[in-house]
Amino acid sequence: MIDKLQNNDRMLMTLFTLMVLAGPILLAPFGAGYPDLLQRFCIFGIFAIGFNILFGLTGYLSFGHAAFLGVGSYSAVWMFKLLTMNVIPALILAVVIAGLFSLLIGFISLRRSGIYFSILTLAFAQMSFSLAYSVLTPITNGETGLQLTLNDPRILDGANTTGSLPSTNFFGLTMNSTAKFDFLGMVLQFNVGFYFCAVMLILAFYLAMRIFRSPFGLMLKAIKTNQNRLNYTGVNTRPYTLAAFVISGMYAGLAGGLMACTDPLAGAERMQWTASGEVVLMTILGGAGTLLGPVLGAGFIKYFENIFSKINDNVLHSWFSFLPDGLEDLIVWVLHFFVGKGWHLTLGLLFMMVVIFLPGGLLQGASHIIDWIRGKKQSSSTQISNPNSMPAE
Amino acid sequence: MSILEVQNVNKSFGGLKALQNVNLSVEEGTIHAIIGPNGAGKSTLLNCFIGKLIPDTGTVNFNGQSLLGMKAHEINQTGVSRVFQTPEIFSDLTVYENVMIPCFAKRDGSFSLNALSRVKQEIDVHEKAEQMMEDVNMADKKDMLASSLSRGDKRRLEMAMCLAQDPQLLLLDEPTAGMARADTNNTIDLLAEIQNKRHITMAVIEHDMHVVFSLAQKISVLAQGTVIVEDLPENIKGHPKVQEAYLGGAH
Repeated sequence: MIDKLQNNDRMLMTLFTLMVLAGPILLAPFGAGYPDLLQRFCIFGIFAIGFNILFGLTGYLSFGHAAFLGVGSYSAVWMFKLLTMNVIPALILAVVIAGLFSLLIGFISLRRSGIYFSILTLAFAQMSFSLAYSVLTPITNGETGLQLTLNDPRILDGANTTGSLPSTNFFGLTMNSTAKFDFLGMVLQFNVGFYFCAVMLILAFYLAMRIFRSPFGLMLKAIKTNQNRLNYTGVNTRPYTLAAFVISGMYAGLAGGLMACTDPLAGAERMQWTASGEVVLMTILGGAGTLLGPVLGAGFIKYFENIFSKINDNVLHSWFSFLPDGLEDLIVWVLHFFVGKGWHLTLGLLFMMVVIFLPGGLLQGASHIIDWIRGKKQSSSTQISNPNSMPAE
Repeated sequence: MSILEVQNVNKSFGGLKALQNVNLSVEEGTIHAIIGPNGAGKSTLLNCFIGKLIPDTGTVNFNGQSLLGMKAHEINQTGVSRVFQTPEIFSDLTVYENVMIPCFAKRDGSFSLNALSRVKQEIDVHEKAEQMMEDVNMADKKDMLASSLSRGDKRRLEMAMCLAQDPQLLLLDEPTAGMARADTNNTIDLLAEIQNKRHITMAVIEHDMHVVFSLAQKISVLAQGTVIVEDLPENIKGHPKVQEAYLGGAH
C-alpha cells in the first residue's frame, strides 16, 4: 500500500507538471490562453497553496494574508528600483520580508485561536493597508502605488541609455516576451513570464506536497482535530502553528513578488481585505486541506472573473437578439446584475452553492462524479456478468 | 520508591476549599486508585498533577522534580501521560496516524520542523506504531477513521497513544465512565495486562468500585478535599471512615 501511495504522489506530480506546462495549449480553446491570465492562474495558485498550508492543515483561518502579498510586491519593486531588473533578487527579498512580517503578525495573532485569530489577522492586514496608503508614503508611494522611474539607481544594471523603462528579466530573458504560433485557427502564446511563474508554481506545489506528507504536516493535521490531546501528548502547538503561518506568509510573499515581476508596480489595494477574502474563497471553493483544491479554486475564480467581467450589455443583447424585444430587454436587465462589474454576485452564488452542496469543494465534486461513473460501470458490468444472481421470486 | 509525591496541597476556588492538605504518594510500579464521592476533589487533584491548575500551596513532585508551573506538554515530556474521562483522540485522522503522533512526539520532542522527511520512511516510528496496534488488538482497524470507532475502541486507542510514549506514570481519569459492563471488563483486563507486561505506574481516579477493587494495589479515599484513608484494598472496604464518607455517616 505504501508503494502505491508513493506512486500516486509521483503520478500526481507528473500530471500536474504536464498540465501546468501545457497551459497555453490546453486553455487556448477556452479563451484563456493569453499570458496575462495564465500568469494570474499561477500566481494565485501559489497564493492559495500557501494559504492552504495554514488553513487546510491547521484549521487557523487567516483573514489577512493579502498583507503578505502586498509586502512581497513592494519588496520586489524596491529591488527592481535599487538593485537590478533581474527577478531572482527581487523574489528572494519578497519571500524574506514577507516571512519576517508574518513571523511578527503570527507571533501576536496566534496567541488566540478561532474567530479571535481571524479578527486579529484581519485587523493587522487592514492596518498594513492603511499604513501603506497613507503614513508610509515614502516607501509605498501611497495612492499612486510604487512604480519604476528612469531615475532609479539600479546599481547592477548600469546606466540606462535607452530612455525607456527597462523590463523585468530572468538573466536576460525578458518576462514579457512572447512567442506566438497559429494552431488550428487559435493563437498559441508561449510567454517567458508565464513559464517562469509556472516553474515557481510547480516548485511550490512540490514543496506543499512534501509538507503534507511529512511528520510536520501530520502534526499540523493533528492541531486541526484536537489541540488539547496534542498538548497532553507532549507537543507544543504554538511553534507548529507559527511555522505554518510563516511558511504560508512566505508563499504569499512569493506570489506578491511574482505579481511585481510580471508587472513591475505595487499598490496598496493589493493588501485590502477583499484580496484576503478572495484567497479564502479560492481555497474553500477548491477544497481546503486537499493538495490540488486550492490551485483549482484559484483557476476557477480567476477564469470566471475574466469571462464574466468582460460580458457587457451589448454582448448580452447580441446573445438574445433572436427573442422578441420586450423579453430580450427583460432578460438582459436581469442578467446585467450578474455580469461585468456585477460578477461578484455570480461568484457569491457559486460559492454558496459549493459550500452548501459540496462542503469538500470542487475537488470533492470531481471525485463524486468519478465515483458515480465508476459505480455505474461496475454495477452494469456485474449485472451483465451475473444475470442469474437476481433472487428468484 | 514513590514516583509521584504530593505534599500539603491546598486549592480553593473563591470560598470553596476544594483540596485541604492533601498528601499522597504513588509507589513505582503499582496501580494506585483515588476514590471518593462526588465533589470530593478528585478531578481538582488530577488537574494539579497535569499543569491545568496550580495549587495555592504545597508541592507536586514527579521523580523528585516539581511539576508546578510546567505546561501540559512539558509535563508529558517528563514521562506523565494522561487518559481522559471521554477519550481524547484525533478523530479526523486514521487510527494508525493517531498512534504515530505520540511516537513522533516521543522521538522528536515538543517541536521539530521535520517538514521535508516523509512519514512513510520513518521506519522506527512505523515499527513502534505497528507494535502498539498489536498490543491493544487493533491491528485490523488501523486504517479506519478514529471517529468511527466504538466508545470502547476509542478508549483502547487512547490507551495505545499514551503507551506509545513509554510513560513512567499513567494518569487515568475515570477510564470506564459511561461504559457497558462488557467494555468495562475489557478495559480492566487491558489495564491489568499493561501492568503485568510493562510495570507502568498508574494513578486511577474512579467511581466504579468493581474497577477499583479488581485493579488497585493501593487506594486513597478522598472526601471533602482531604485524604481520609490511604490503605490496601482489603482494608478499605470495611473501613468505618470510608463508609461514613460514602453513606453520609453510618451508625
